[in-house]
Amino acid sequence: MGLAKRVIPCLDVDAGRVVKGINFVDIVDAGDPVEAARRYGDAGADELTFLDITASVDNRNTIYEVVEQVASEVFIPLTVGGGIRQVADIRKLLNAGADKVSINTAAVHNPALVREASDHVGSQCIVVAIDAKGVHIEGETPRWEIFTHGGRQSTGLDAIEWAVKMTELGAGELLVTSMDRDGTKSGFNLPLTRAIADAVDVPVIASGGVGTLDHLCEGVLQGGADAVLAASIFHFGEYSVTEAKQAMRSAGIEVRL
Amino acid sequence: MTTIAVVDYGMGNLRSVAKAVEHVAPRARTIISSSASEISGADKVIFPGQGAARDCMAHLRDYKLIESVEAAFHNKPFLGICMGLQVLFDSSDENDGIDCLAYVAGKVSRFERDSDFPGCKIPHMGWNEVQQQSTHVLWNNISDLSRFYFVHSYYVQPKDKNIVSGETDYLGRFCSAIAKDNVFATQFHPEKSAANGLQLLANFSQWQPN
Repeated sequence: MGLAKRVIPCLDVDAGRVVKGINFVDIVDAGDPVEAARRYGDAGADELTFLDITASVDNRNTIYEVVEQVASEVFIPLTVGGGIRQVADIRKLLNAGADKVSINTAAVHNPALVREASDHVGSQCIVVAIDAKGVHIEGETPRWEIFTHGGRQSTGLDAIEWAVKMTELGAGELLVTSMDRDGTKSGFNLPLTRAIADAVDVPVIASGGVGTLDHLCEGVLQGGADAVLAASIFHFGEYSVTEAKQAMRSAGIEVRL
Repeated sequence: MTTIAVVDYGMGNLRSVAKAVEHVAPRARTIISSSASEISGADKVIFPGQGAARDCMAHLRDYKLIESVEAAFHNKPFLGICMGLQVLFDSSDENDGIDCLAYVAGKVSRFERDSDFPGCKIPHMGWNEVQQQSTHVLWNNISDLSRFYFVHSYYVQPKDKNIVSGETDYLGRFCSAIAKDNVFATQFHPEKSAANGLQLLANFSQWQPN
């Protein structure tokens, strides 16, 4: 027995409210992040990830209030991503009660931020989100490239090389999302996940594309992920966190049940 | 009223620790403090911490807290968490060797990747089992082999095995909790370990060592 593979529900937060469906029985207010977090905590989620998708700068501060409230009541690790541009943003989130922050676009535009951040707050707090998409050009070996802006903007960066570079700069964990798969419910991009998990020493979270409980198992068994992140299968009540973990245990994966 | 001081020496987020203690001990007065006199005056002390040993020791010096924290080891219930466990030892290999508080004989070493344990990443991050090695008030109502949340790259190696109160398997077996007189310290984060962690904090809030 040993370290459990983690199951991490991900919640999109816009201006302090959870958006996209949350379908718990008896939930009082599906949009209340504290209530949603508490439900997932009680259901046995190993961690929670909040993605702040607030576009308006004016509403950005609401995420700090949300994190403060959640951290006061839900006693499992909390990662917050979205809109992080500088170390000051990271400090503010950690001081509000986040345990880790997830950096995405800012790491692409300013890789030094990852080093600066890990020097200041420790690698264990720094998750780098790797959003990759398959690139198939005739006559070239297929590869994965880093994209920003929700998969719209290509960067020319090779995903595997980028992953290694991020850990060298101090990322303590990588959140690997396949832009090809996100929202498709066709399962993680297993070769991408595997290639990154094999290339780095730090834990890897698989994300993007989960539609069934088998997908979660594949992410660990074939993708080599240390944790699996999913949104819609949990939010819409298709599966509970417990069901997910039971399926993983049946597949021979160690989980916290 | 019991006062529980969470020592603030500028090493990151202490709110979660304080909130978790308030949650399980609503009748106690929980304070986050960087004042030596407040820490000396508190009935119980929690010493959390994360980050690097070098920064931890430097901050303790800058905040002039070493004396009050060391006094707490000897005269009141004391709970160290994560870095708050590691700095109790003689020295840490972190940052090319750092002298620590030397309350416990032994050193702190970094996990190394090991081909005998493929798939073991560093940091050791997530929920792992703690095998209880001694009967202790802080383990009350917590089943043996319960899972707690860990996140660390260094682990402690006490010389005196009698103080080992919890052990965990990762890249071999390491000491994940110690108990020595009125000191209890954990490598894992009780404040992030859901029901088991809250139980441990509740036990601490009620602990009256002899």
